[in-house]
Amino acid sequence: MALLKKSALWIGYFVVLLALPQLSDSILAVSIYNQMAIAIVFALSYNMLLGQGGMLSFGHAVYFGLGGFMAVHALILIEFETVYFSIIYIPLVGGLIGLLAALFIGSFSTHKAGTVFAMISLGIGELIAASSLIFVSFFGGEAGVSGDRTFGPPLFGVEFLQDVEIYYLAAAWVFIATLFMYLFTQTPAGRMANAVRDNPERAEFIGYSARRVRFISFCASGFFAGIAGGLFALNYEFITEENLNAITSGRVLLMAYIGGLGYFIGPIVGAVILTLMNSLLSNYSELWMLYLGIMFLLTVLFLPRGFAGFIMMHQVAWLRGKLATLIVPYLLTGIPSLLFLLSCVAMIEMNHTEQDTLQYLWMELNPSTLLTWIIVAAIAVASLIAIRLSLPRLREAWESVNAIPEKEDG
Amino acid sequence: MLEVFIFATLNGLVTGLLLFMLASGLTLIFSMMGVLNFAHASFYMLGAYFAYSISTVLGFWPGLIFAPLIVGVLGAFVERYGLRRVHQSGHVAELVFTFGLAFLIEEAVQFFWGPDTKNYQSPEILDFPLFTLFGQEFPAYRGFMIGISVMIFIGLYTLLTRSRVGIIIQAAITHPNTVANLGHNVPFIFMGVFGVGTALAAIAGVIAGPVLTTFPGMALVLGSIVFVIVVIGGLGSLAGAFIASLLIGLLQSYAIASDVGMPDLLNLLGLEFDRSHPLTDLWTLTLPQIAPILPFLLLVLVLIFRPTGLLGKREQ
Repeated sequence: MALLKKSALWIGYFVVLLALPQLSDSILAVSIYNQMAIAIVFALSYNMLLGQGGMLSFGHAVYFGLGGFMAVHALILIEFETVYFSIIYIPLVGGLIGLLAALFIGSFSTHKAGTVFAMISLGIGELIAASSLIFVSFFGGEAGVSGDRTFGPPLFGVEFLQDVEIYYLAAAWVFIATLFMYLFTQTPAGRMANAVRDNPERAEFIGYSARRVRFISFCASGFFAGIAGGLFALNYEFITEENLNAITSGRVLLMAYIGGLGYFIGPIVGAVILTLMNSLLSNYSELWMLYLGIMFLLTVLFLPRGFAGFIMMHQVAWLRGKLATLIVPYLLTGIPSLLFLLSCVAMIEMNHTEQDTLQYLWMELNPSTLLTWIIVAAIAVASLIAIRLSLPRLREAWESVNAIPEKEDG
Repeated sequence: MLEVFIFATLNGLVTGLLLFMLASGLTLIFSMMGVLNFAHASFYMLGAYFAYSISTVLGFWPGLIFAPLIVGVLGAFVERYGLRRVHQSGHVAELVFTFGLAFLIEEAVQFFWGPDTKNYQSPEILDFPLFTLFGQEFPAYRGFMIGISVMIFIGLYTLLTRSRVGIIIQAAITHPNTVANLGHNVPFIFMGVFGVGTALAAIAGVIAGPVLTTFPGMALVLGSIVFVIVVIGGLGSLAGAFIASLLIGLLQSYAIASDVGMPDLLNLLGLEFDRSHPLTDLWTLTLPQIAPILPFLLLVLVLIFRPTGLLGKREQ
């Protein structure tokens, strides 16, 4: 029964992956799907380090980028017929390079977890990003390197000219990679990674080398990051220095953290949210990076376990069948919160815009008159007061739902 | 040759002392709260921007006073309402919080001041050559930078070792519970140290802004280097941070001023390589080219061979 339930989840995941292009196959949608696919594998590989292994890395883009660069070079080799294989194996090339890099770097960086590991990863990340601008013949300098995925033997007549075709290939890879990363968490190595994360000393006492356990997780993580890099190379057919520098490393940390570190599904949620924000929000506002930063800080402050953690917090209420009692308090706090955020965004946008009228949601705001400002600010203040007033009720409802039932004497 | 050496030393000293102003605050905050503040260089940037805004109205000198004050208060607020809250979720959450804060401050600076470089000028009073050596002029402003940095170093050192406040701070680092039992408000001390640390970073920003240009990426440029210094010097060690700052400043300065590289080494060894060799980039490397990555190379080497840093305490 449990097996059936689990495999149902996986089949559902597979169906969703396959069905996405049926939802919409416009160029924009497919490009978003592809970005999501890459981000999911990358974020999951990052979570192997941070969420499951307790290693905070500030240089995870190194394995992504090196894998991607080698994948583009493999595409070039196929184009010039130095080697001959189908491009569906390109992500594997990336993965192997990621694994090689992780084998080398992990051999000295996994001595310790914590701050030392974080600092080494930062140093290595900066080192490789800076070197990539120096070694122009391999990394192509600022311009990067580009290839062409349409050479090589076609697969059942598919030549991967369209982005949709790449999406199906990427979806297959995403599914395989997710499955293997999940299976890894169930292996002894994966379970020991959790143990070493929580208490390395005790793990050593049972006879495991904390260092070796970390090393194994590190290598596996590098491998899957490389696969993500290979997918990136296939999708965009070019790669630049930006894909292995601190910006990309930071982005993957954001994804994993916003999604929720403690849960396998967390990074998937984070990758989807961030990709959507990245591609949709940037159409509406040029300040989307600012909003991203604010959202990130709010997540760290108020949802320390990420979105997945927030959903999982309701497990107890769900099992007790008391989820319904939370709806009204949630609405009472949620609607003012939404109003508050929206009015804050309105003020930020009004401050930023240079036009006379600002098209905001369904309204037209006039930033040049004082009255607009007063109204928006009044909404913000009023909703803030409403939040403060309704918060105790929410807290009370939450505590009553999650309270440990008192034992009856008997 | 000698003139190049002397000027490289002087410039290295300026950079090194500037880096120390950032590193001292960072290492003080670390030894207190055990959290590496990723946003530290962002406060340095805020210092430069506030000083720029003040300087357009009131001139340079009020900026030197008020910008650090504003940033210090801002830093105290961040500690009180941000870090202290995140502290309950553990160290990783704290690191990630400061990381996000750095990201947000950069975006906020672009929002308020715009993405372009600001024309932040050094004061006209200091617009003369301090001395001329071998026909090269050494600007007085750089001398002023050295002076301010040394003054702050001495001030900080006396404050920490000779004053009552300093003794309480030092005690709070090692024995926070005992200090609290003696009736001192330890969270308040933490907040104060965080505020002073960020204010120090802001002073560095105020005086570095005119020389290193004031633009939204200035935190990123210096941020990771300051981290490197704190780690190389040994986490939590002020003296180590001082040595490492000077070391990195001089190292970079010498590397940029030198004009040797792999070709010279190969000539010395009597080897010769084809231009079309696949590793041609490696054989034509020069020292100025790799100057930006030297600190990170040093960081990785130090962490591998001496994870506690130069003057760090032995791990328990």
